[in-house]
Amino acid sequence: MNTQTANKKQEVAEETMRITGSEAIIRCLLAEGVDILYGYPGGAIMPVYDELYKFRDQIHHVLTRHEQGAAHAAQGYARISGRVGVAIATSGPGATNLITGIADAQIDSTPMVCITGQVFSHLLGTDAFQETDIIGISTPVTKWNHQITKAADIPEVLAKAFYIAKSGRPGPVLIDITKDAQVSELDFKYEKCTGVRSYIPIPKTKPESLSAAAELINSAKKPFIIWGQGVILGQAENELKAVMEKAGIPSAWTILGASAIPTSHNLNVGMVGMHGNYAPNMLTNECDVLIAIGMRFDDRVTGSLNTYAKQAKIIHFDIDPAEIDKNVKTDVAVLGDSKDSLARLLPLLNENKHADWLQKFKDLYAIEFDKVIKGDISPVKEGLTMGEVLKQINIETKGDAAIVSDVGQHQMIACRYAEFTTTKSNITSGGLGTMGFALPAAIGAKMAAPEREVVAIIGDGGYQMNIQELGTIFQQKAAVKIVVLNNEFLGMVRQWQQLFFDKRYASTEMTNPDFVTIAKGYHIAGKRVTKREELADAVKEMIASKESYFLEVCVEKEGNVFPMIPTGASVSEVRLS
Amino acid sequence: MNEEIKTLTISIYTENNIGLLNRISAIFQRRHINIESLTTSQSEIEGVNRFVIVVNMAEAQAKKIVGQLEKQVEVIRAYYHKDEETIYTESCMFKVRSALLFEEPQIQNIIKDSNARIVTVNKEFFVLEKSGKRNEIESLYRDLNVFGIMQFVRAGRIAVTKDEMKVTEMLQAFNNHNN
Repeated sequence: MNTQTANKKQEVAEETMRITGSEAIIRCLLAEGVDILYGYPGGAIMPVYDELYKFRDQIHHVLTRHEQGAAHAAQGYARISGRVGVAIATSGPGATNLITGIADAQIDSTPMVCITGQVFSHLLGTDAFQETDIIGISTPVTKWNHQITKAADIPEVLAKAFYIAKSGRPGPVLIDITKDAQVSELDFKYEKCTGVRSYIPIPKTKPESLSAAAELINSAKKPFIIWGQGVILGQAENELKAVMEKAGIPSAWTILGASAIPTSHNLNVGMVGMHGNYAPNMLTNECDVLIAIGMRFDDRVTGSLNTYAKQAKIIHFDIDPAEIDKNVKTDVAVLGDSKDSLARLLPLLNENKHADWLQKFKDLYAIEFDKVIKGDISPVKEGLTMGEVLKQINIETKGDAAIVSDVGQHQMIACRYAEFTTTKSNITSGGLGTMGFALPAAIGAKMAAPEREVVAIIGDGGYQMNIQELGTIFQQKAAVKIVVLNNEFLGMVRQWQQLFFDKRYASTEMTNPDFVTIAKGYHIAGKRVTKREELADAVKEMIASKESYFLEVCVEKEGNVFPMIPTGASVSEVRLS
Repeated sequence: MNEEIKTLTISIYTENNIGLLNRISAIFQRRHINIESLTTSQSEIEGVNRFVIVVNMAEAQAKKIVGQLEKQVEVIRAYYHKDEETIYTESCMFKVRSALLFEEPQIQNIIKDSNARIVTVNKEFFVLEKSGKRNEIESLYRDLNVFGIMQFVRAGRIAVTKDEMKVTEMLQAFNNHNN
């Protein structure tokens, strides 16, 4: 390994110590500032758990009820804090159960280190008990992975794992450690990794790319910003705000970019994409300069690429060179870290207002409000809507809560209507669309930021995919607020069946258990709301609770999420009904 | 961008680590790109491996593939080149019955004309080794196949580029920065 990493003699640990591999693992975690990790024990990882027991005063291991829960909890931890989330599991099924969370972290660029136990190295390849080729399995969904078979390699590989997970465009790293490497001894010394020679985390920003971008923006009549999670990962919220305000640019966000700029900001014109807001989708095809910042032109954002912003010059700010021209051909690419690039762009920009152009967004918002939003958040019809629940949550939390959503209709409603005042407050599975994400991710988020209100908003389908994590909430006394928006359907699939499959509701209707009773079984207080007049008090009671609280809201069964851009349609073909 | 399908040679400089072949081939597999040939060996830089991968694709797609390859932590640099930008060769081996050398005299002429090399001869068989362009190898195959070939194997393309690839400088820059 020595040829590949150059460790500056920055943080040299104390003198060399003769310790076991498993103790070395814990000491590496402590040196990286890890004080909490999520996992599940088993045969091939037991020596590490034995050390976790000894170090229990310094590092808190959270026993989830399933390894998938551990992975998502680590993600929730990372997403709210910006720190590296850590999950740990045994070999075989323990390791494979992490995979969905790892794939989710990969596509959503979440810094995570997963440690898996592995059978003794002499048993590798023999189909030993609980042996699985987790390196082979995890390769396509990790930023980096590595198998350790010698105790002596542990400090350097783990240092590299943390460095790779959090630097540049973050991502998940999996380190598989054989049991013999855990139990044998090494001379331990920890040095933080500061570079890997084959890896350039942040590409250099060319000054001419910044001046070309500024020139386009300064000459634009209808400039439009779409920002993504790159702004949050790069901690560039203030820089983005300064650019928006100085140049007077209407700015929209992708689902993972939500909360980087407060919802109430005058230039924040809403969400783009399949269920995004009407104005930013429509006007994508009317702007003259489209400035994409830390976003990757996902197909759920662009709809048909053949008709996407063809009239506009495209400027793309990104840290990952592979994103440039991947989906949308760029006129000016600005590589680099978003905070640095935007800070350097700012002095090159002319002050501007673009009042008429901004007014177009406001006009289209008024149409969307009239045709969609009003009915969603202040309905007069009989059934409860998901939107009015979000409105109540906004009222009670004043927009200060972190909203953790699962996947489906409730997720789109949560992201559309949640009001945010603080960055890193929208935690959801964007790229992978992992049902079952929210409950465990909310646990991780709450434990990383105990001072914050964390509200999980989940559908009745996704809730039951990881409902076992109620046990973790109970055992850890994690004061997560759980809202299940129950329409007794897999709602988003049902919506598509209604719109595109002539209402053939194949396997989307759910016969659900008594969720409040289940929560009670875990000693979590809860309430079921079926009438509009009960909603406000119930939300108030939930938010007032000092402990975890479960709120089930029985919403209309066949509500649909609009606006909607049908798959393959143009962003300007967005439907309001 | 050019959408014409061409034969392209992708050169990848990497760290010499287990598992990297998997990571690289997965990038092609995921996008349904058939790999025409793949070789890997040590490069001119100590401790650095070089993959040479031949694919048929449009340059626009090759650019994206190179981006995805370079994104891998242990890939140092990746490039793609058109045939005219490289010097390339393939090699192959034929195992043929020795009796044919006496029964079919024209075989000796075929061997001489093809510039193939006889690696070994014994009573039962002889082994020919031939390096060159694909069409030369195919031509030799056709000529020998008339008489019967016991075994045939062809290795993937190896190629060097006419232009310089600045990998050493990049590694040096890293070392200077970190020391």
